[in-house]
Amino acid sequence: MSQQAETLDIERIRADFPILEREFDGTQLVYLDNAATTQTPEPVVETITEYYRKYNANVHRGIHQLSQEASIAYEEAHDRVAEFIGAAGREEIVFTKNTTESVNLVAYAWGLNELGPGDEVVLTEMEHHASLVTWQQIAKRTGATCKYIPITDEGRLDMEAAEELITDDTEMVSVVHVSNTLGTINPVSELAAIAHDHDSYVFVDAAQSVPNRPVDVAEIDADFLAFSGHKMAGPTGIGVLYGKEHILEGMEPYLYGGEMILKVTFEDSKWNELPWKYEAGTPVICQGIALAKACDYLDEIGMENIEQHESELAEYAYDRLTAEGDVEVYGPPGDDRGGLVAFNLESVHAHDLSSILNDSAVAIRAGDHCTQPLHDVLGTAASARASFYIYNTKAEIDKLIEAVDDARQLFA
Amino acid sequence: MGLGADMYRQQILDHYKNPRNYGELEDADIEHVGENPMCGDTIKMFVKLADDGVTIEYVSFVGDGCAISQASASMLSKELQGRSLESVEAMDRDDIVEMLGVELSPMRIKCAVLAEKVVQDAIAIHNGEIEIDETTTE
Repeated sequence: MSQQAETLDIERIRADFPILEREFDGTQLVYLDNAATTQTPEPVVETITEYYRKYNANVHRGIHQLSQEASIAYEEAHDRVAEFIGAAGREEIVFTKNTTESVNLVAYAWGLNELGPGDEVVLTEMEHHASLVTWQQIAKRTGATCKYIPITDEGRLDMEAAEELITDDTEMVSVVHVSNTLGTINPVSELAAIAHDHDSYVFVDAAQSVPNRPVDVAEIDADFLAFSGHKMAGPTGIGVLYGKEHILEGMEPYLYGGEMILKVTFEDSKWNELPWKYEAGTPVICQGIALAKACDYLDEIGMENIEQHESELAEYAYDRLTAEGDVEVYGPPGDDRGGLVAFNLESVHAHDLSSILNDSAVAIRAGDHCTQPLHDVLGTAASARASFYIYNTKAEIDKLIEAVDDARQLFA
Repeated sequence: MGLGADMYRQQILDHYKNPRNYGELEDADIEHVGENPMCGDTIKMFVKLADDGVTIEYVSFVGDGCAISQASASMLSKELQGRSLESVEAMDRDDIVEMLGVELSPMRIKCAVLAEKVVQDAIAIHNGEIEIDETTTE
């Protein structure tokens, strides 16, 4: 079935991920839950180990050698991440805990202060709970209104509706770049242009795009953009908020404390410069340094190559899953989607399917994927989702298909 | 064979495909609905009491969801007939696991116990011990 040459040197890449060798009852793991979290390659694991073995120290506090080494590595990690997404420099890169915290940072620091009755936040029906719940609740607290750009039958954004929904009352357009459920690649540059025509900011949730395709914040003209380290071969515990320098400059801090201040008296405090103003307390030092290493690792493979590889796998999975006619794959056709397929087998509930797949050591996600309102639109409570990364192969998708076939027969 | 296929022994598949006591019960003394919001499993249980008011005469259910949740409701509906309300309130998850006769991964336990929780909450509401509209599992 899967004889075509792969875009990437998969064998070499897989050698960096010993976890993929794991076996369960003699069956080798097929890890297809990469939209939830990706595995961590040896060079990144080594970076983490090296940090704790050689230069673990708090940053920006000590004059001693270890602290200097840690501080420099941590600061340079911001530069590396800035370069990775085409930002101007470290001033525009805030390290957070994850994408969710990045959204919350903007929602609290900007939204709570700037939004009020009559203001509108425009989201999409395919938003992840990370942005949907956050803006929904900030809107409730400020009296602002949330509007949702609907999806078409094919799972794309209805851009005509978007043109109408984004108005001069819109203060923020928060949109997911690649849907974690539909796999849709949204036209974020176009949406940013519409938003800017109405003097609105645009926030791009890039959790499912930065890991697997070239993303350039300047090209998109995003005012804010967020993603997570653990979905791009980095560690958990680190997310990134990109923000245009002049906007971050004008916002109030979200968390107060050490590290984010320049001068403190009993009466008042003066904020530190960017990006430290938004990184209160001891930051995610090791994770930040490891994320920079993950950027190196991905760049070495090449983001265009990764995009190509993912889209080949997605198309292959889409074609094989839909071949029997009893599987519904949500979202756009196979040749035009990010590297994931969310689907339902007619006769088998997604959770039953996931349990049966687990029996063949095939790891997928089953549930609502943190997009409950989207699942309401799709008319299902749950779906199964296979999502791919740099180390996955068509042979692994064949194993997924075999396991789906087992489920089909068991429930026939 | 791992956990997955073990979970779907013939008995469970049979109850899933041919649910027993399926349907709404018009003259039910107690009825209550519950769901697993994360999975979308829903179950509504109907209980008809005997004349003594403390013994279950008949149980039916309607629902939608995964095989484990629906088979569990079907098997439980049989299991409960003739039992006292008190003994049903005392049931716990081990009783359900034993009834299903399969090993369940931690993530699937909540599917299995939904029906039991719905019935227990139904009885508690009937007895005036709690006031809720709907049961949800964590």
